[in-house]
Order: sequence, then C-alpha cells, then structure tokens
Amino acid sequence: MSLLEAKGVSKAFGGIRALEACSITVEQGSITGLIGPNGSGKTTLFNVMTGYEQVDAGQVLFEGRSITNVTPDKVFRLGVGRTFQLTRVFPRLTVLENMHVAAQRGNLRGLLSRWSSSHEQQRALELLDFVGLTRLKNLPAGNLSYGQKKLLEFAYILIAEPQVILLDEPAGGINPTMINYLTERIRTLNERGVTFLIVEHNMEFVMGLCDRIMVMHRGTKIAEGAPDEVRANPEVLEAYLGD
Amino acid sequence: MLLSLHDIYAGYDGSDVLKGISLEVEKGTTTCIVGPNGAGKSTVLRVLSGLLRPREGKITFDGRSIVGLSPRKILELGIVQVPQSHSLFTTMSVRENVRMGAYMLNDNALVDRRLREVEEMFPIVKTRARDKAGSLSGGQQRLVEFARCLMLDPRLILLDEPSMGLDPKTFKQVIDTVKVMQESGRTIVLVEQNARTGLSIANNGVVLESGRVRLEGPHDQILNNPEIGHLYLGGTLSKA
Repeated sequence: MSLLEAKGVSKAFGGIRALEACSITVEQGSITGLIGPNGSGKTTLFNVMTGYEQVDAGQVLFEGRSITNVTPDKVFRLGVGRTFQLTRVFPRLTVLENMHVAAQRGNLRGLLSRWSSSHEQQRALELLDFVGLTRLKNLPAGNLSYGQKKLLEFAYILIAEPQVILLDEPAGGINPTMINYLTERIRTLNERGVTFLIVEHNMEFVMGLCDRIMVMHRGTKIAEGAPDEVRANPEVLEAYLGD
Repeated sequence: MLLSLHDIYAGYDGSDVLKGISLEVEKGTTTCIVGPNGAGKSTVLRVLSGLLRPREGKITFDGRSIVGLSPRKILELGIVQVPQSHSLFTTMSVRENVRMGAYMLNDNALVDRRLREVEEMFPIVKTRARDKAGSLSGGQQRLVEFARCLMLDPRLILLDEPSMGLDPKTFKQVIDTVKVMQESGRTIVLVEQNARTGLSIANNGVVLESGRVRLEGPHDQILNNPEIGHLYLGGTLSKA
C-alpha cells in the first residue's frame, strides 16, 4: 500500500524548473532511497511533500488523502516527520531541552504539562541514548558538532512518533562508524513499522539500507528499482554515478 | 615546516574542545584529519583561520606566529578556509560570490584572470553565473565555495568536509580538483568523514579523539591500523 505519494508534481523557482511532473510512491513499511545528481530536485520534492513549498501543479497524497499545499505543522501532526540537510536546532537550549520542544505537538498548556511528565522525560532520555548523545544532554545544542546536531535532529523527530520519516542526507558529515550505527537504528525503527524516505549520496549506505531506490534527474524520476537494478541501469550510471 | 601547532587549547563558552593539540604540516603536502563527531576536527580549522582564538598554545605559519591575528590578516598571509556549512551569499549571483573571494585584491585584471581559471575548473561558475547562489542546490553551492576559495591563489587551503552534500560524480570532480591543487604545490589540510577517500588522497593522516591527537602518520599507516579502522573508519578494510 502506498503511504506517501507525489503525483505529477511540478515546481518552478523563477526560470528554474526544479520539479517537472514528478511522481514517486513510498510504500508503507519500506525504506525507500531517493538519489540523483546535485540540483536534480530531491530536496525540493521533500519540501513539497512536507508543506515547506507549494506545488505549481500535481498532488501529494498521504494514506490516500490529499495533503497538497497543507502547512508544514499540519503535515507533521499527521505523522510525516523530516530532517533537513542543514540542521535546525535551538542553539541556546540544551540537548535535552531541544527534545522537550520537539515533543510539543499541541498548545502551550500541553507543553507545560508534558514538561513535567516523567514519562516524557524518560522518553527523551531513551531517544538520546538511542542516537548516542546521552553524555551531551546538558550541553547547549549550539556547541554540538555538525554530525552531532544531525543525530539530535533525528532523535527529536522520533519523539513525535511519525509514521513516515523523510531524511535529507542523514549520513553527510557523520563518522563512518556512526553511519553503521545509524543504519542499525533505522532498521530497528523500520521493524517497528516506521516507513523511511531517504535522500543520500553515500552509495554504500543507501544501497545497503534501502529496499527500493528512486533516481531523479532534472526534476523528474528517471529510474526505480531494487538497489542492484538501479546500480546496473546505464541511464543512472551516466547521470549520477559517473563511470 | 610551513605550519606548526604546538600544544593548542581552544573551545567555546570556557570549555576546551582542543586539549593540547600539536601538529606539523610540511609545504606541499596534504594532511587529512579524521575522527568521531565532536572530536574537534572543525575546531582545528577554525583556530588556523583565526575564527577562534586559542586559549593557549602556539601556531606558526611560514616562520611567523599567527595566534591572535584577525581572520583577514590570516587570509592575507594565504590561508583560506572552505567552511563546512553553506557560506555563500544567497541573494548575490554566483559570479558575485566567486568574485567576493578576491575582495582583497585591487588588481581587476588579475581578478578577471583568476575568474577565468576557476570557471575552467568549475564550469558551474560560468553556466550559472547570473543566477542567485540561493537558487543552486546544496551540492552545487559547495562547488561554488571551492571556486571562491581559489580566487586568492592560497598557499594553505583548509577544507572542511569537501564531500558533504555532493553526488558521487561531483565528489569525484572535487577529488580531482584537490589533486590538481596538490600538483600545483599547494598545501592542504582537510577534514573528511568520508575517511577512506580523504586519507587515500592525503600524504599524512591525523586521528583526533576528544580533542587530542590519538594517532598521526603516513596515510597508509592510519588506513591499515586495525583498531582505528574499527573505531573510526566504519569497520574492516574489505568494505571500502
């Protein structure tokens, strides 16, 4: 069953056509990879699927219902979480406080009552442990390295327990040993039923992790298949892998 | 020795990230710094480019002390940094951004000549010259940042994770560009999480851990060290 879907989506910025009648389907329970050359429209596709950009044409569907041009907060509340290529953390709040902010899905009163909730505190600590940031929990998030901020962002997406998570270059700037660890974490979550759509240039990571891969070029999907099929596709080699 | 750091302590908000780092870099060589997230790799580069003043320790570049010099002064000495995160002026055009790399030069003919040179190395500087830098994808912006750093014809280039955000084909281009810089005798210090590739193009490797140098030596010594491989390079060599 398709959980998240873009149907014939187009988006232009001035004269630059970032997306051209682009369609992709993310199956429920899958770990789907999205690869393609720099500038092929991957991040723009993420943006229109999560409400950060409005489409010029086409539709975005979640669980079969249209979420086209719905605002980002509503998309998030429906259960679609995402991370960014450039991390977005609150630099002056501590790592743990960032987790509490992320847990806020309702109004301010909700935030306050949740803040004191020991259940939530427990959950925040568990998730920090899950991404290996426990020992940094009381540091201001602004003091974390780039890679650590990415891990924090991953943890605070998880606190909202989304059904599908869109990760924009999760392995970029992450130490190779930590990438292996991240791979395991994603697999564990996937076994618990979380669906993933992942943009990434690290081929070893993508090919090893994803069960299905979509390839974008010039704003549209040019290929789709299992990792081995995609790797052997001449069009993909030409456009993306080079050699 | 072109560059040497001696017993450097530096950090943020009063706590040290670097805890007594010493390093030597010979002219014309490439040194690759690897290590876990938060080890202090980017902080080393910030100390070298003057963005962060060390609390203690000595840094000499070409025989003179550079501790306490302003980033501008350090730039004038020929040390140029390409930062980790996106640093282009997004509302300015690609060409304006690249020309900004030479803002200290008063010789227009020289700036034009350098621009031609970097356009040749990085075609995107020419093909997207008039587009706003913010309209480029993350990876494309990265290439423009490299192009910009070459406008000053630097003697020491500091690269913070050149591979980040680049597709495999573009990454190969960037690695080739680094090789061209090496062949032209430039000295390079790079931080790279794509550690195997980074180390393999470098002469020397440095493993940083919790603000200290854990191991340094010729690149193959680091690449073949089983413990380092396990801890920081993502496991066994056969995976590379």
